[in-house]
Amino acid sequence: MTQTQVRDTGGRPVLVIGGGIAGVTTAVEAAEAGCDVILVEKLPYLGGRVARLFRYFPKLCPPGCGLEINFRRIKINPRITVLTQATVDDISGSPGDFQATITVAPRFVTDACTLCDKCAEVCPVERPDDFNLDMDRTRAAYLPHRLAYPPLYVIDRVACPSGCTACRDACAYGAIDLTQQPARRTVKVAAVVAATGWAPYDATKIDNLGFGRYPNVVTNVMLERLAAPDGPTRGRILRPSDGQPPASIAFVQCAGSRDENHLPYCSAVCCAASLKHVTYLRDVYPEARITIFYIDLRTPGRLEDFLQKVTADERLTLIKGKVAGVEEDPATHDLMVTAEDVMGGRKITQTVNLLVLATGIVPQTDGLPAGFALDEYRFVAHSNGGTGMFAAGCVTRPEEVSATVQDATGAALKALQAVVRSAHHG
Amino acid sequence: MAKSPGVYICSGCSIGESIDVPKLAKVAESEFKVPRCQVHPVLCNPEGVELIRKDLADGAIDGVVIAACSPRVKTDAFAFDPTVVLDRVNLREHVAWCQKPNDEDTQMMAEDYLRMGIVKAQKSEPLEPMHDEISRKILVVGGGVTGLTAALEGANAGYEVVLVEKDSRLGGFVSTLKKRFPTAPPYTELTVDGVAAQIESVSYHPKIEVLTSAKILKTSGQPGMFDVTIATGAGEMKTRVGSIVLATGWKPYDATKLGHLGYGLSPDVVTNVEFERMAAGGPIARPSDGKAVESVLFVQCAGSRDKDHLPYCSSVCCMASLKHAAYVHEQNPDAAVYIVYKDIRTPGQYERFYRAAQDHPLNFLTKGEVVGVEKADSGALAVTVKDTLLDERIRIEVGLVVLATGMVPNAADGVAIRAVKDARATLARADATEPQKVDARNKIETLAHHEGTEILQLTYRQGPDLPAFRYGFPDSHFVCFPYETRRTGIYAAGAVRSPMDAARAQEDAAGAMLKAIQSVELEAAGAAVHPRAGDLSFPSFFLQRCTQCKRCTEECPFGTLDEDVKGTPQLNAFRCRRCGVCMGACPERIISFKNYSVEIIASMIKAIEVPEEEDEKPRVLVFMCENDAYPALDVAGLNRVQYDPSVRVIPLRCLGSLNIVWIADALSGGIDGVMLVGCKYGDDYQCHYMQGSELANRRLENVKETLQRLQLESERIQLTQLAINEYDRLPGLINGFVERIRELGPNPYKGF
Ligand SMILES: Cc1cc2nc3c(=O)[nH]c(=O)nc-3n(C[C@H](O)[C@H](O)[C@H](O)COP(=O)(O)OP(=O)(O)OC[C@H]3O[C@@H](n4cnc5c(N)ncnc54)[C@H](O)[C@@H]3O)c2cc1C
Ligand code: SF4
Ligand code: SF4
Repeated sequence: MTQTQVRDTGGRPVLVIGGGIAGVTTAVEAAEAGCDVILVEKLPYLGGRVARLFRYFPKLCPPGCGLEINFRRIKINPRITVLTQATVDDISGSPGDFQATITVAPRFVTDACTLCDKCAEVCPVERPDDFNLDMDRTRAAYLPHRLAYPPLYVIDRVACPSGCTACRDACAYGAIDLTQQPARRTVKVAAVVAATGWAPYDATKIDNLGFGRYPNVVTNVMLERLAAPDGPTRGRILRPSDGQPPASIAFVQCAGSRDENHLPYCSAVCCAASLKHVTYLRDVYPEARITIFYIDLRTPGRLEDFLQKVTADERLTLIKGKVAGVEEDPATHDLMVTAEDVMGGRKITQTVNLLVLATGIVPQTDGLPAGFALDEYRFVAHSNGGTGMFAAGCVTRPEEVSATVQDATGAALKALQAVVRSAHHG
Repeated sequence: MAKSPGVYICSGCSIGESIDVPKLAKVAESEFKVPRCQVHPVLCNPEGVELIRKDLADGAIDGVVIAACSPRVKTDAFAFDPTVVLDRVNLREHVAWCQKPNDEDTQMMAEDYLRMGIVKAQKSEPLEPMHDEISRKILVVGGGVTGLTAALEGANAGYEVVLVEKDSRLGGFVSTLKKRFPTAPPYTELTVDGVAAQIESVSYHPKIEVLTSAKILKTSGQPGMFDVTIATGAGEMKTRVGSIVLATGWKPYDATKLGHLGYGLSPDVVTNVEFERMAAGGPIARPSDGKAVESVLFVQCAGSRDKDHLPYCSSVCCMASLKHAAYVHEQNPDAAVYIVYKDIRTPGQYERFYRAAQDHPLNFLTKGEVVGVEKADSGALAVTVKDTLLDERIRIEVGLVVLATGMVPNAADGVAIRAVKDARATLARADATEPQKVDARNKIETLAHHEGTEILQLTYRQGPDLPAFRYGFPDSHFVCFPYETRRTGIYAAGAVRSPMDAARAQEDAAGAMLKAIQSVELEAAGAAVHPRAGDLSFPSFFLQRCTQCKRCTEECPFGTLDEDVKGTPQLNAFRCRRCGVCMGACPERIISFKNYSVEIIASMIKAIEVPEEEDEKPRVLVFMCENDAYPALDVAGLNRVQYDPSVRVIPLRCLGSLNIVWIADALSGGIDGVMLVGCKYGDDYQCHYMQGSELANRRLENVKETLQRLQLESERIQLTQLAINEYDRLPGLINGFVERIRELGPNPYKGF
């Protein structure tokens, strides 16, 4: 079904860079207000980081629910052009009249793909599954995830044995074209919105917490995948070292955040995220002993309810204090966590089966074209009118989804203003 | 009506290997005698689509039934004029990929689905968008930083704006601030940009009309056509607007309720709002004696994060007190500043400001709980704090105590106001029963304080303002859709929506204004707004048969329906979100959409061929929410998970559109069981239409009673809550239900 069009602004399109929840929202909100939109996403699917979350705090609802609605809005709206595996190389011109160069990498699979799965069946090699943060593997011909949009397979040609054409030969729909080349195109746009989001802070840099050295130290983003039914442990949260269920788990808050040596800002979502992770663990391990080491518990607004609800758990202990170090027992791969208990005024050591680092949010601005003003942490500074270049979501500051969507809707308005002006001035 | 839909069957994607397609085509040809029935090996390719386009262009058909993959995929390929009747029969995900290939049961399933699709198309009528004179003017209520920003942003996008402020001047609370939180790198310096510049831009903007000392007396109509009556100093005026941004901000929590923290004990115990005013007005002096302030103690969360006061966190008071500490040191570098907190909450880049405050040698911050404030002999105030970082109990003497009080929304709860009004009406009624009166009195007692708080003065049957969400904020319940509103065309923004600071409120203002603009543009195209954005269908009421039971007017989640004096529903179609909840509620079955009606679904049920009892093949009807459960079943197909072939799935716009007559139809037609799969309900409901699945569940309770009377086991009907990512659970749930139905044995009414 195609949607009836709302009135035409007559202006140039809006270019949105990044197809996470911020970019997807900017695109649908602007398009439903009458803008043409080009949405450029680096990965082969939309949804960004939230597509890889199991549930949202505080409702514990699945991100796929809202994404599905937004994908439907995209599907029926002819004003939106989605370009996946694409990046914006360059932007020139002035507000209302930008020229942008976009490179689209080959997917090797065309729109004729029917999701029949034959290509994956015959594919002889595997590759790390980046959707599952490399904790699992897929074939080189794969569907990124079950609710992926666009619903098309993709071929990771880098992983293919040289000269292999097994998938192409197996596809009954002629949907595989292994000769595809990167394509460049230039578009004229009225406004640009950066929505390139965030990446988790590299936990191997936090020396004293043992990530990368000890298998049972995982990060919060890994825990999201471990808890998900389509994750590497099919929703059972198991210890990486031996695949056993953990009986005791600790969380280290501000792992890298609020730390002059790492991220000097607060990543804003990790407190609520860890509380949410407690609920994931409780679902599968009603008896497990859980500890959270924190500096301040930051759950503003009505997230307070969530804090109260989760901390009513009798097997959950909250300790105000910074974790000083983590050691591993080589025999059991258990972890000894040493921390300062600020309220008790003493040093404590606790042994746990699994340790989760609440790592923070780093803006993903490396792939952005020049022209966006960045602050010293490389967040895009909130730009005001006139520049025609706006930003939304975690690329501007660490924030949760509802704030991201709020931002993105506002960015859609800024973009609409530029579009309307471009119509008046030709 | 699409009297002659064409049927197009795809045999690709293993449909042809699993289903006898020529035999399936016979169903369309001989049972339905459709004018066209074509089979194609890859219907979604250009050649296949061309078959359909050509038949449409030739006028050979007046509707399209595509029996191929899920309606969720290949939407681009199968995109026709939105006014053409189109139905997509999901042979791939819901049959070929999840059933035993070339099995008799699989074939029966495919044939039933095709029958259901054809009758649905035959009974559906082509859509025509509704049209009316739509006003594109936007009303902004409240002239604080949120309202000013919303007005400017809307006007700069080319829209006319009317800004209504109850005070005699614009600017709200922000105009009284001495300084604002840092918003730019390095995030350690307070800024001085007030709202003066914005006030000026708004005042001189050719597209903005400003009304100060103004009050809304009445808002009638619907999105695109709200008629607003406003009282101003110059008298009453009327204006027509298309949508509304509610930006009425907040008020400080009533500090007189904070006696336990010393408020009222001495003039030297002040709130953060009072402190801000003191600082903005000149040098900060002790209210009691006008002396300079040598030491101050800030009590964080004064009234917030407190179940006896405000259970939520007011989000801004940590930053506010850190800012106030900076004011103190600006004036007196040697002053001692104590901040007693539960947690310091300075998310994101605000952490830099906190860090800078921590670096000041005379800022003493400690976690702790203030348990007493007394007057000390010295004339100072003695504050007792327990559970601190330093000791279990400490006593600090200071010259001034500042209570960091929280934010209360300046909102009116439309639903509560309506409830009091109804309760008063009940008491006034001569025929009210005693229990009704008791109930009414209780309601009045708990809700009477809402009376007189009206802001928008909507003439809606469901109340004069937005319904309040938790703790009185007219916020959205959805993580992904913070601007979802239960009154179409009306969007709350800023501190009235949720506790937030000014910078955030300005962004929120832009977002809400975009939604207001989008609402008028979609209404002008006759189309629905989110979540069925773009939908052209709308309900119509066959009022001759209406019994004035008022179920529809009560249950519509969006306040679409008003009532005349007799209680007959009056449709305001531009408020409607096309969920169909009213259609499900109506016992007389008089509410229908051109492409979604009680009759259409009933015909689909009738189209299912129910095997004879001796065939021992049960039939189970499954109503599924099309937004979440249906996609989950698609994924089960994608994963090639097999489930019981006895089920026949009918997607619903929302489980709340379930009309119980369908259950009666199904059971009397010999169907053995009915399963409903919808979104989670309760406090953390996931239903996109708020209460759809819950309403369906309530309706089921009534059905179960009827069943018992008919000596039918109530287990034949079951509602299951399912989230979209629970696709692994769904086949098991289906099998489990069918298993139970088999145990119960065939529906005794089969064959009657
Ligand atoms: C452990 C954890 C749990 C969380 N849980 C919750 C929760 O329960 N509830 C909640 O509200 N929030 C939660 N959050 C926060 C949430 O993840 C963010 O609010 C959200 O992801 C922000 O969306 P975004 O679109 O800004 O960024 P992203 O999700 O990062 O999306 C950005 C997109 O841009 C693409 N991109 C990047 N660079 C380029 C480029 N150069 N060109 C084109 N495309 C590009 C990326 O591939 C990506 O798809 C959590 C965060 C963490 C760390
Ligand atoms: S949100 Fe919590 S864990 Fe994350 S950086 Fe901020 S204080 Fe630390
Ligand atoms: S379809 Fe939904 S929104 Fe429209 S009148 Fe009926 S119940 Fe209300």
